[in-house]
Amino acid sequence: MAKLLGGIGSSHVPAIGNAIEQNLQQDPYWKPFFNGYEPIWEWLEEKKPDVAILVYNDHGLNFFLDKMPTFAIGAAAEYQNSDEGWGLKPLEPFPGYPPLSWHLINSLVNDEFDITSCQEMLVDHGFTVPMSLMWPDRIPTEQIKVIPVCINVVQSPFPTANRCLRLGEAIGRAVESYEEDLDVVILGTGGLSHQLDGERAGFTNRAFDTEFLEKLANEPEWLLQYSNHQLAELAGPQGVEMIMWLIMRGALGENVKELSRNYHIPISNTAAGVILLEKTA
Amino acid sequence: MTQSPKDKPIPGTMIFDGDMAMKGYALNKMCFSFNSAINRDAFKADEDTYCDQYGITDAQRAAVKARDVLELLKLGGNIYYLAKLTGMFGLNMQDIGAQQSGVSLDDFKAKLLAAGEQ
Repeated sequence: MAKLLGGIGSSHVPAIGNAIEQNLQQDPYWKPFFNGYEPIWEWLEEKKPDVAILVYNDHGLNFFLDKMPTFAIGAAAEYQNSDEGWGLKPLEPFPGYPPLSWHLINSLVNDEFDITSCQEMLVDHGFTVPMSLMWPDRIPTEQIKVIPVCINVVQSPFPTANRCLRLGEAIGRAVESYEEDLDVVILGTGGLSHQLDGERAGFTNRAFDTEFLEKLANEPEWLLQYSNHQLAELAGPQGVEMIMWLIMRGALGENVKELSRNYHIPISNTAAGVILLEKTA
Repeated sequence: MTQSPKDKPIPGTMIFDGDMAMKGYALNKMCFSFNSAINRDAFKADEDTYCDQYGITDAQRAAVKARDVLELLKLGGNIYYLAKLTGMFGLNMQDIGAQQSGVSLDDFKAKLLAAGEQ
């Protein structure tokens, strides 16, 4: 049977992709950020998962505002990034795993989550930056297979934090009911606090992010007390992306162990966070 | 209204909801086209003709000309799409963050670094 090993929460700021491309990991601006990934590289090297489910949002590459699915799942044999108008260079394609994609889609819809299935899907920096962060030395023939799970956190209304946590739980059930022996990890990306638009641009909130990280392993319901509007006030309109970390957390079930955590302000305009949670039961 | 009536406005913050998405649809659609290098070149060659093709309003066109991000947001622009527009003029997220908050780029960066030292 397939098994979920653990989950990782990580920011996905495009500037990180530029820093990787320019090899700035040891630069004083970047070092405190990249150092937070060392325990994750070691854990991934030890566990060697077969599949990564990557929860992210598209920022206007694959989905325009003409059609905006709340929850979309990739079911393609491979995923490519592309010109977003600026920034990152196109990368080698990421191999998918359609049999598990369709199992997830079937299981989730049966579980009453209405999913948009995508047999073609471009992936933007929200997807590629976490991939480059987790697997910096990706070797095309040996690389992990991916399943993109794209969430609307661009055009309000977004799914609620509660809905995200429940979607994660349903993803966890779906993975663990898949018959093939596969080791799976799930990534929840985006956040933490940041604000790109309005006079308050540049806003971050260390106290709020710290409490979020503190509660994520053992009390993820803490975030559910806030509406997305309240989260926009507390974490910035783009900081609401942290609800995607709840999908990761929900998938892991009740018992997890926090193995590492890092928090650093600033990466570009963002308070960057990373956390590694291992499923313990 | 797609926002709940009980939601209080957040100072210095605009929520990109259904009302804004309708208002800015043509503008955002034009910005979405800038994912393609050919379209970026066409815009740079003749901004007015390019704006005409997308049915951009006069107010939006003036704000595009002025590279005025706050005004473009008020007119329905979404920040991720506007970033594709401003990127063509060499302005990144930090440049437009400084512009919107009314400070120099150095002051904007210093504010973020200071938040890291709290």
